[in-house]
Amino acid sequence: MNIDVKPKSSEVSQTAFRTAMLDPSTPAPEGLVNPDGLQAEKRFDVYRNNVAHSLATALAEGFPVLVKLLGEEFFRQMALVYLRIHPPSSQMMMHYGAAIPQFLVGFPGTVHLKYLPDVAKLELALRRAYHAGDSEAIDPVKLTALSQADLMDARLTLAPAVEILRSDFPALSIWEYNMQDGPSPVMSPEDILISRKGFDPIAQRLPMGGATFVEALLKGSTFGTALGLATSEVADFDLTITLGALFAGHAIIKIDRG
Amino acid sequence: MLDTSPKSGPKKALPNSVGVGYKPQHYNDLMEDPGAVTWLEIHAENYMGDGGRPLAQLKHLSERFPISVHGVGLSIGGESQLDPEHLARLKKLVDWLNPAKFSEHLAWSTHDSQFLNDLLPLPYTNDTLARVTRHINEVQEFLGRKMLLENPSSYLAFAESTWSEPDFIREIARRTGCGLLLDVNNVFISATNLEFDPRAYIDAYPLELVEEFHLAGHDEDADELGRKLLIDSHGKPVDEPVWALFDYVVAKGGARPALVEWDNDVPEFPELEAEAAHATNHLAAASTRQVPA
Repeated sequence: MNIDVKPKSSEVSQTAFRTAMLDPSTPAPEGLVNPDGLQAEKRFDVYRNNVAHSLATALAEGFPVLVKLLGEEFFRQMALVYLRIHPPSSQMMMHYGAAIPQFLVGFPGTVHLKYLPDVAKLELALRRAYHAGDSEAIDPVKLTALSQADLMDARLTLAPAVEILRSDFPALSIWEYNMQDGPSPVMSPEDILISRKGFDPIAQRLPMGGATFVEALLKGSTFGTALGLATSEVADFDLTITLGALFAGHAIIKIDRG
Repeated sequence: MLDTSPKSGPKKALPNSVGVGYKPQHYNDLMEDPGAVTWLEIHAENYMGDGGRPLAQLKHLSERFPISVHGVGLSIGGESQLDPEHLARLKKLVDWLNPAKFSEHLAWSTHDSQFLNDLLPLPYTNDTLARVTRHINEVQEFLGRKMLLENPSSYLAFAESTWSEPDFIREIARRTGCGLLLDVNNVFISATNLEFDPRAYIDAYPLELVEEFHLAGHDEDADELGRKLLIDSHGKPVDEPVWALFDYVVAKGGARPALVEWDNDVPEFPELEAEAAHATNHLAAASTRQVPA
């Protein structure tokens, strides 16, 4: 084998490679050559294109409602800007795009669409729920059979998929309108419970105070404390509907009696 | 709920027949009638979540098919150290699944904690040889299993390279004890783009260390000088010259488990299965032939 030592000047660092790849205005690093030993600008473009295409495609697949709201071409152009500022920080492409909600706030083409960041947050939460750890929901009877005193002292463990999203906009209605032919969204705030039923993520609207109740449970508060917080926020807090959503979403996986 | 403890039973070896890259949309087809498909390859990174449908389906598939785990994110050719978090996720997956094989690429994808989601090239020098050797030793030691190293598809060359690719790969395997995954489409793409003879590459390549083949489709483009530039797109059937090169490889080195990769514009299962059947025919015909001296 031929091992002749070449000058250091032709060495291409991965920093130079990466920088030129993410910035089309930077020429390909010297030392990348075609079969004649000449600079290989267009050949380098293959890597530029592959990276941009794969990351933009991953974003489009991860935010199907944003794609519908913005249109495929606009979304793609936006993704090309995003991926250069926020290339993935991990190999876990299933979570790529976590900074999209903040990005939308500052992006000139979307800054006026105030509801978009919350729709993006919902899409991210649904993806996290899809990949969350497995768990088995309790039989609702186990909760309803408790005495009032035992219930108030109980601590509920919620499924790993459970999250709360408080939106000043009808983020879930917008999502349903685009993904499930739901009714036209009415401009009003929505508190959303995200969970997973079997293997399918679901999002449900909570009544006022419901988000406070579930967030308290997530922090490990007793049922009574969570109920007190929700009731002090909303005097006629609807516990029945909130519990119904938690049961329907297979959200409660364990009861520890105080 | 998933059993998260490592499987105790013996792993199912890959047969010397044809597998396909698993796509979730083919799950029902595969479970009902896999046809010519005898094993599956999965991309490790798609199964590193905590739970849910991907892992549940993988568990069911693994009860029926031998599985090869193919990583795309280790960045073995990277200047940076291997990502310990990613290694840990990978170990969790292979300990749980106990796949027949684990393979990764002679490439880099992560730099300065940025993951670029592509397989990027490295020069072949004494320095990069030492680095790749160190990383593969680390991977094999950490996972407690042998890995297979896959040859890349190249669009350009590094002026600084001092090793030929087959020699570089042979020396890595000698130093680390790793096995090899020979991507026949990649050899053809690199040979076309860098203008070398693909059969000479195969003649120089340590076929005796190969434990798996890859086959895939590519696209055709041209560089600014009008020279043919093949793109490793994995989005169409295997090209005729790649089948011919595959025949040459099998006739020379014998049959191995062979994978049809189809990652973009993924067809309905019958079309993928037909391609697997096509590969099966090539594998059978070529393995009974001898290479003319």
